[in-house]
Amino acid sequence: MSSNQRMKKRIPPVVCAWLILCAGLLLPDSRADAPPDGEWWIKVADTPNDDGRSLTITWWTDPAWPADFTGTLLRHVTGSEGQAKPAEEIGPVPLVEGVFVDESLSTSRIYKYELIVQTPESGVRTLLSEPLSPKAQWFNREKINILLSVVIFTAAIVLFINLAKSGQRLYIRKIAGLEAVEDAVGRATELGRPVFHIPGIGTIGDVATLASLSIMRRVAKKAAEYATPFKVPCCEPLVMTTAQEVVKVAYAEAGRPDLFRPDYVRFLTNDQFGYAAGVDGMMMRERPGAILLLGWFMAESLILAETGNHIGAIQIAGTDQASQLPFFVAACDYTLIGEELYAASSYLDREPVLLGSIRGQDLIKAIFMVIILVGVLLNTIGSVSGRGSEEGRWPVTAKWFNDLFHSPGGGGE
Amino acid sequence: MKREIPILITLITGIFMVVTFFIPHWPFGDMEQRALIWFSIVSGFAMVLGIDSLLAPHFKNIIRRRAGWFHSALLIFGFTATLIAGLQSGLVRHSILAGDGWFMWVYLYIIVPLQGTMFSLLAFFIASAAYRAFRARTIVATLLLVSAVLVMLGRVPIGEALWSRFPDIQGWIMAIPQTAARRGIMIGIYLGAAATALRIILGIEKPYLN
Amino acid sequence: MKIIQLLEGLGKVDRRIIFLLVFLAVLIPMFVSKTGQIRPEEPVKQAYAAVDRLKPGDVLMVSIDYDATSEPELKPMLEAILYQAFQKNLKVVMTGQLALGLPLGQISLDKVVNDLKEKHGIVKEYGVDYINLGYRPGYVSVILAIGREIRDLFQSDYQSKPINQFPIMEKIHNYDDIGLILVLAHGATIDTWVQYANGRFGVKIIAGLTAISAPDAYVYLNAGQLSGLIGGLAGAAQYETLVGVPGGGTRGMPAQSWSHILIIILVIIGNAGYFITKYLGGK
Repeated sequence: MSSNQRMKKRIPPVVCAWLILCAGLLLPDSRADAPPDGEWWIKVADTPNDDGRSLTITWWTDPAWPADFTGTLLRHVTGSEGQAKPAEEIGPVPLVEGVFVDESLSTSRIYKYELIVQTPESGVRTLLSEPLSPKAQWFNREKINILLSVVIFTAAIVLFINLAKSGQRLYIRKIAGLEAVEDAVGRATELGRPVFHIPGIGTIGDVATLASLSIMRRVAKKAAEYATPFKVPCCEPLVMTTAQEVVKVAYAEAGRPDLFRPDYVRFLTNDQFGYAAGVDGMMMRERPGAILLLGWFMAESLILAETGNHIGAIQIAGTDQASQLPFFVAACDYTLIGEELYAASSYLDREPVLLGSIRGQDLIKAIFMVIILVGVLLNTIGSVSGRGSEEGRWPVTAKWFNDLFHSPGGGGE
Repeated sequence: MKREIPILITLITGIFMVVTFFIPHWPFGDMEQRALIWFSIVSGFAMVLGIDSLLAPHFKNIIRRRAGWFHSALLIFGFTATLIAGLQSGLVRHSILAGDGWFMWVYLYIIVPLQGTMFSLLAFFIASAAYRAFRARTIVATLLLVSAVLVMLGRVPIGEALWSRFPDIQGWIMAIPQTAARRGIMIGIYLGAAATALRIILGIEKPYLN
Repeated sequence: MKIIQLLEGLGKVDRRIIFLLVFLAVLIPMFVSKTGQIRPEEPVKQAYAAVDRLKPGDVLMVSIDYDATSEPELKPMLEAILYQAFQKNLKVVMTGQLALGLPLGQISLDKVVNDLKEKHGIVKEYGVDYINLGYRPGYVSVILAIGREIRDLFQSDYQSKPINQFPIMEKIHNYDDIGLILVLAHGATIDTWVQYANGRFGVKIIAGLTAISAPDAYVYLNAGQLSGLIGGLAGAAQYETLVGVPGGGTRGMPAQSWSHILIIILVIIGNAGYFITKYLGGK
């Protein structure tokens, strides 16, 4: 059995193990609050999974009161050296809700809470909690599913990188846009025109810009070998400084450091349309033979691509902004869609280690597809069998499955 | 060491930022926010390098009287004038966004019309791009063409006047197939971005280094 | 032969003629055409309902994340929502992620306040009913900081006056005190607002986006991470119809309608030329 076949056999157990682990670790805390016995009470507890700046106060009074009936909550603070401060009124709190999260506290102080309830029947009643200091947690348990996902993702990438290093041949399908890069540079050379590499309007922190810089080194090296001018108009100063170094080294690697000119890699402006106007002007004046639009683009993408189309340049575009892809597809000769841009440097280099990481990413995508299909099936069955209700075996199973992928912090209606 | 130290810094910083996402305890809890502030500060200083890159070639054009030196002079004039306007607003009016400052005058009467003009080019370019690209060469291209026409008709009152169902069809196309395709593309993009980030953190790919 | 050449030429119309036709299709309807009936679509109705659900005194935070390039599309949305907000006696807190967008937001705020006073006798006072907190750099860090305490970053308003002197800010500390956030954006800031403000703090968000960016946000709308979505000039016109105050969106509909029709006609002509060339070339 080959390594690939062994790998494929391991996928279903890995996915199941992951689901079971997530389910087990996400089970609710077994220490539930004691049911009320009719007596009013107030409790204070440390808010879980936080940075130690909040306490959760819960109370039980009379559930029959209207929703807008309020009591007054006071906070008593004792400093770390035992000095007590005057009570602070937090404010009126709806009594029926029974919970309040007090934030912006300090771990070095001790807090006690007093709830004052005034009713015509029982007059003024006061509930006082035990004193407590908030504590910071070292791990946010609500994010355990994200942590497991990161671990599995990293493991898949590392696994395939090791497989690639061991000499395993990994197949990557042909990407037309990347196959055309060398032809594009060659065409520009034949026409005696420069090559433009436009890295977009993203910052150095954007992954698309980093991917563009990776490709830039290889294309610049090719342009240097052909002695074709290679120009990079930039929208961000940090991108410009990095691009200058990348192109300089590419020229040095090609054995033509004398051809490198720093003013070929220039900062124009960080205004979106000012940048588009500047690049368009450069295109109309210098008539590049090949244009690579690779990076993070927004609305200026069509202006750049149409101008490039008008001057007859061969254009290869790639961006991770899905909203701009239609414009590139309409105006450019080749378009790299989304992750094809990220895979470009690996594809052009054909280094086994880089190709291995792409295969690892594909494995995770396959796992995602399985999870989505299972989720769609469970939710469809749950919705049909439950008929809008959340009770019943299938609706409960669907909810359990959905909760495995819940991210902390709320969200949605 | 010249190569190893940056790679080590990237590795340690990358792993540290991932780990801080899971740890609420100080100092990890707000590390993400602090890192973003540091990034803003570094970007601000990098602007100085950008200004040098922008102005230096234009100064050389003027000094050496190269072709188009007049345009370089215009650029430097515009840059200087806007800088003076910003300083006047900041120092005299105490805010560059003050309504009666010089900077806002430059912004409202020069920058706003210019930006609007550039954006309006999209209307012309989209028409020529649509005319050139929307050809029913294949079945898939025909589907694209038909859905584009349906969405264009559904978005405007004249479409509803032609047939009252156009807006409903447009709404369905936007809410269901368009969203489904976009979700698929976005899952691929985010996975690709995560894999690229992992390669950079682990030092397998070093686009910042050369 | 001339007719055949003419028919083949349908697929090769000079782009300058196309530009001229687009110019006329936008210009002429602005003067001669009527708007027609505007039917609000579901995402816009959801956005309207989200604002309508707020009670008098609730806080609507408006984030101006656009600049002059997108002002024609987003300004009508902003003004329509401000009309609705002030008529419902909501408190409006304005901020933004783009420094040069805030003056545009302030201009719209002043316009709406003046219009309400002159046409409807509704008086709104700065610092009591609305406030502009101005811009702070940081982008993601700003969105996160508001979740803890707004005064961590915003100690003064856009005119550098301390915010604690304004009655509107007495009870506003973080997202818990904000009923709804309206994000008007031309770029990717909506992703950040959804990921951090809604994802971590659970605050409800409605988005007003340009027509190019709006399709990206449908995934958030369908997942419930956005409570409503207004897309492009058409969305602005639909919102104005719901509020009952026609403005820039409604005025732009004739031009948009006829330019869409023109593009469809051009596409049909282009395809006719393509098929004729292909058929005649095959013969």
